[in-house]
Amino acid sequence: MTDRRTTIKWMLSVAASMPLLRERAWGQEVTAWPAVRGYGGDPDLTKLYRPGDVWPLTLSPAQRRTATALCNVVLPDDGRSPAAASVGVVDFIDEWVSAPYPRQIKDRPIVLEGLAWMDAEALLRFEKYFAELDESQQHAICDDICYEPKAAPKFVRAAAFFARYRDLSVGAYYSTPTGWKDIGYIGNVPLTKFEGPPADLLQKLGLGPQDPPKGT
Amino acid sequence: MTAPAAKKQYDVIVVGSGAAGGQTAYTLSMEGVKVLMLEAGRNYVPEQETPMFQTPDQAPLRGASTPEKDFGFYDATIDGGWTVPGEPYVQSTSDPHGRFAWWRSRMLGGRTNHWGRISLRNGPYDFKPRTRDGLGMDWPISYEDVAPYYDKVERLIGVYGTSEGLENTPNSSPGCLLPPPAPLISDYLVQQRARRLGIPIVPGHRAVLTQQLDFKRSPALLHPGNPKAQKIIAAHMQQRAACIWATDCGRGCSIRANYQSTTVHLPPALATGNLDIVCNAMVSHVVLGKNGLAKGVKYVDKTSGAERQVSARVIVLAASACETARILLNSKSASFPNGLANSSGKVGRYIMDTVGADLSGQIPLLESLPPQNEDGASGHAFYAPWWGYQDQQKGKLGFARGYHIEFGGGRRMPGAGTLHGIERFTGGSYGKKLKEDARRYYGSFVGFAGRGEMIPNENSYCEIDPVVKDKWGIPVLRFHWKWSEHETRQAAHMQKTFADIVQAMGGCVMGKVQSDGAEAIAPGGFIIHEVGGAIMGADRRTSVTNEWCQTWDVKNLFLTDGAVFVSNADKNPTLTIMALAWRSADHIAGRMRRKEL
Repeated sequence: MTDRRTTIKWMLSVAASMPLLRERAWGQEVTAWPAVRGYGGDPDLTKLYRPGDVWPLTLSPAQRRTATALCNVVLPDDGRSPAAASVGVVDFIDEWVSAPYPRQIKDRPIVLEGLAWMDAEALLRFEKYFAELDESQQHAICDDICYEPKAAPKFVRAAAFFARYRDLSVGAYYSTPTGWKDIGYIGNVPLTKFEGPPADLLQKLGLGPQDPPKGT
Repeated sequence: MTAPAAKKQYDVIVVGSGAAGGQTAYTLSMEGVKVLMLEAGRNYVPEQETPMFQTPDQAPLRGASTPEKDFGFYDATIDGGWTVPGEPYVQSTSDPHGRFAWWRSRMLGGRTNHWGRISLRNGPYDFKPRTRDGLGMDWPISYEDVAPYYDKVERLIGVYGTSEGLENTPNSSPGCLLPPPAPLISDYLVQQRARRLGIPIVPGHRAVLTQQLDFKRSPALLHPGNPKAQKIIAAHMQQRAACIWATDCGRGCSIRANYQSTTVHLPPALATGNLDIVCNAMVSHVVLGKNGLAKGVKYVDKTSGAERQVSARVIVLAASACETARILLNSKSASFPNGLANSSGKVGRYIMDTVGADLSGQIPLLESLPPQNEDGASGHAFYAPWWGYQDQQKGKLGFARGYHIEFGGGRRMPGAGTLHGIERFTGGSYGKKLKEDARRYYGSFVGFAGRGEMIPNENSYCEIDPVVKDKWGIPVLRFHWKWSEHETRQAAHMQKTFADIVQAMGGCVMGKVQSDGAEAIAPGGFIIHEVGGAIMGADRRTSVTNEWCQTWDVKNLFLTDGAVFVSNADKNPTLTIMALAWRSADHIAGRMRRKEL
């Protein structure tokens, strides 16, 4: 196994300039991906599924390390709710990019190349992998790519990846019980009555039952 | 529900087990008729199989939709969607505007297990559209002919809503409707602001039990003079629980609180002892006897691959509009070289879907509201019935037929797609700021969907492809599709209307307001309201069945699904399918009693 220092040196030597390294990151071969089947048209809907149950996960340990660091930057522990990786967001990303469906197959190179780009960029700027950077260093990179409409031309492609990665992370995070609690979803419980919004809230918003429309 | 059961002699064979087949079999078996139902898919037991409280994080891909589960992992559809492996269909053109997408499911109860449960009556105009505006065709029946059956179906399946007395939006008879559910904050806001634009917002109609059915009064009204039927249905009404205000109806309902054929029609029909069901029976064609009557049907037993034949005095096709047309077109004989009951040449013609377009908005007034449970009845507490009849009569709108608006907002169960694209509001926030933004924006979106009438035309039809067969060896359908300007202009009008409502709510439209109707309109088949293909009529030269869904050419062959629709009003077709099926089944039972069939 190549030690990390050697890898960094190799990456820096094969890519003497930043633009070239960026190109290599985008153009790199994605990990060979096994031909797998999906869950079919009649899966058991009452079973509990975990990522990897239906098709194998395919991210390498290094890719998972970068994915973990990045989703925790996107959705960190803010004292009110935990960081993304602690609710299975990385497992979800791995499941997503490993899935045998068109939308996911389309996302796979975007995510894999994007994760590689994050490391390449981290190495170029700070000579460390993205996961090893401190928060301000991670933010320095993310600030350049967090909003595609305002990204510099050389960061546009990375920004497109970041937007996709943020969407995947947000969806994965807020579809968990932890995410529900944080965002304020308190449904999915049986009720004997459904009362609708409280009267004082309606009043505050100037809303409420209206006169019926005029009949013919 | 096994193949040996199919060896008995039956009065009626019903092909299909969804809204049409379920209603037909229910009515006939309650009337003492011996029925064999054939279903192409597998048996399905909602009480055991429905994922009532399963959460997205317990599903593959957080429940996101895939081609194997087009409406998401927990959608009730089995072995179905817009593609069914091994059961292709063919397009006549590669032009995306000329294609039709055909949703099927292969399960007992068919698409009733997952549908939206929106249950609107056609109005008087909807049965006589040609009389009113000179376009399309009139039905051979009027609203008054169907109204008693709308009453019956509403009483049987349970539909919430109100009678508002609005134009071409019929009232139900007293006692038919259940009370509507409480609206959400976003519903009230849409109502307040849309009304300022002259758009009526009233309680929706859905087949969801907001309270238990009236099991004391309704049985006698549903089955007068039939104590056995009354007793059975009273018992089944009591077994159905009222809504528990949780879990999406699209998953199905294990407590039978909404309508699906498998929880509402089939259990009481089976309890009569007059119904047998054979699943995994893929019907290929109707067999014609020497006497010119339908003798039976041939089907492939999917579990063994064997071809079987069953026979009965009457054959009812209720396989869904296009599948029914396919069976007829594949039933060729010397007397019907172009398909059974097709002397008019109209089998497969006049396929209609619903015009669909949608738009959503982000509404600052709805940001950062205190968390509350807004699962409710899973949508459609309110809707906007079409309000432009008078303007159309005066020729003001540039399109002839109307649409209604379905809309929804609120703090829905977050899934894989929640808050996707949030960056357009946040300028790309991440980190702690993104978490604050998520709390702020969650629940502040309202989506609008238009559902409008398509006028039947000569360019939207299906036929048998001369080459392609499905994995059972049955020739498949080839579709032709074309919208007219009445539909595309209507779709553009929807877009503008939704943008106006969002603006009136002080909100910001998400995405582009599409002024080109041809781009705004959802592709044919996407709304999954396809009807037509064997229309009813008053003239056997221009229609396939008479007003009783009886084919003109073969007197013991009936079509009780959406195939007989002559127009496709903006009102979602399922309630009308059931009302017509009940009416037809009453007719069949009566004529059987009189030995006319």
